[in-house]
Amino acid sequence: MRDITLGQYINGDSVIHRLDPRIRLILTLVYIILLFILKTIPQMLLALALILGAYALVRIPVKMLLKSLKPIIPIVVFTSVLNMFFVNGDVIFSFWKLSVTRQGLYYAVMLSLRVICLLAGSSLLTYTSTPIELTSALELLFMPLTKIGLPVNDLAMMMTIALRFIPTLLEETDKIMAAQKSRGANLDTGTFMERIRALTPILIPLFVSAFRRADELALAMECRCYNGGEGRTRMNALKIRRSDCIAVVVFIGFCSLIVLSGRISL
Amino acid sequence: MSTIKLENAGFVYQKGMPDEKVAVSGVSLTFEEGDFIGIIGHTGSGKSTLIQMLNGLLRPTSGHVYIDGDDIWDDRSKLREKRFKVGLVLQYPEYQLFEETVRKDIAFGPKNLGLSEEEINSRVAEAADFLKIPEKLLDRSPFDLSGGEKRRAAIAGVLAMRPEVLVLDEPTAGLDPRGRREILDVISNYHKAEKKTIILVSHSMDDVARYASKVLVMNAGGVFYYDTVDEVFKHALELRETGLNIPTVTDILLTLKERGMDVDTDIYTPARAAQTVTQYFKEVEAR
Ligand SMILES: Nc1ncnc2c1ncn2[C@@H]1O[C@H](COP(=O)(O)OP(=O)(O)OP(=O)(O)O)[C@@H](O)[C@H]1O
Ligand SMILES: [Mg+2]
Repeated sequence: MRDITLGQYINGDSVIHRLDPRIRLILTLVYIILLFILKTIPQMLLALALILGAYALVRIPVKMLLKSLKPIIPIVVFTSVLNMFFVNGDVIFSFWKLSVTRQGLYYAVMLSLRVICLLAGSSLLTYTSTPIELTSALELLFMPLTKIGLPVNDLAMMMTIALRFIPTLLEETDKIMAAQKSRGANLDTGTFMERIRALTPILIPLFVSAFRRADELALAMECRCYNGGEGRTRMNALKIRRSDCIAVVVFIGFCSLIVLSGRISL
Repeated sequence: MSTIKLENAGFVYQKGMPDEKVAVSGVSLTFEEGDFIGIIGHTGSGKSTLIQMLNGLLRPTSGHVYIDGDDIWDDRSKLREKRFKVGLVLQYPEYQLFEETVRKDIAFGPKNLGLSEEEINSRVAEAADFLKIPEKLLDRSPFDLSGGEKRRAAIAGVLAMRPEVLVLDEPTAGLDPRGRREILDVISNYHKAEKKTIILVSHSMDDVARYASKVLVMNAGGVFYYDTVDEVFKHALELRETGLNIPTVTDILLTLKERGMDVDTDIYTPARAAQTVTQYFKEVEAR
């Protein structure tokens, strides 16, 4: 349960950790857009280098990145193979009824690189931002929408609470599983239906405790006179500093270079 | 009957991650059958981690765990079988309750053992009797019980499996003195009646001194002492220096000695303590 690395914050004090979360969020979006603009493999490799450079700054072991890439490998392989065989173009070699084309191969490599960069980029965001930072960033970025009646404050509070309880619930699931396994619950073998049924002893205590926690939290919030997020101030107010501006300039610079490098090689 | 042997066993949480945490390291010892072993140590000293390795909930990241000579991780298909030998009651076991009635919940373990209907019923009745759960509670929902009753129902659920080794992680945490005494007496009775091995994690030295025959003192993930109760409490002074609790009477005797009364301090039962103190006063009077 605890091996889920995607979306897990890693404590640190790198340049990237110190950025304003809004900047981190926006730069990640810029990077994702960049990935969809790029058309050639060399450019894609540069984009990969860029994100790996960022990982080096944060000092996250490559092993960890690879681990979070693992679940998507089958998808990447599958779509790459499809691309390889089904894109029309100059045939490199063929066997039976299938033929691999140069263009197909090119698309396949592009696609894999794109997916890898996409995951690496978005993981970097969650590795370096606590869920609280992310929701604050989203809240502030979406604040203008309160004008059209969207309850941004409340939505942000709901999201903060939900995110806050993910690790707690995971931990609780771990504990409950341990307890039921100790009583001989068989979670790993059996037919599909048997396995579904084997989940009851885990889900029921989990729901019971989740509802209990929700009750307690609501009570605690009411006791402290919480009445909606309107006008709530922050303990750590977000502020754009000079380092944030420098980061934006440097990052946009790199991105532009990568885009322009495509022009040159053409 | 089962012996559990640990050989250089260690456990690291989040191994290989930047935030990895060594919880237990280099523990080699044997839990002999029929013993009543108390485990004590500071919070975070690795007690819960250690006992979760005993029934294969956690796989040691180094070293081995043997039950009756077999490494429990040698054959994954036999792991569940091993788990039936070592019954584990986790810290705050109330959250394992899930069935509609207490009766059904206690039957969950025995059912997993694949026992017959009759056998299950008799095991449930026996376990409920052992834990003094009245008949009328058995047909209530486990979620409607009081905290202490839930605790007893949860322990009954493990006891009904009749494990060779019963491991309990702070079964009395959060109960009042009477609730604590009741639960500890139940465990002690099970030990005496069935001659099973008991491993009890506790923060209370008094409880350990009262019930256990051997004590394992853990410190920072390693074994600090592992010996009979008498031997371990001979080191009461060292224990106190590392900041661990020691039995109240030993503590009192040590303090008396520091204040200049020449009394025996290797004592951990109130009766013997009273004896030494009276003897001391008699000697003083005689002089
Ligand atoms: N799931 C986990 N992930 C990471 N670290 C953990 C985890 N569980 C325990 N630890 C760490 O391992 C160490 C040993 O924990 P453990 O629960 O075994 O201590 P304990 O002796 O049972 O303490 P207590 O008396 O408070 O129950 C602690 O430092 C703890 O922070
Ligand atoms: Mg513990």
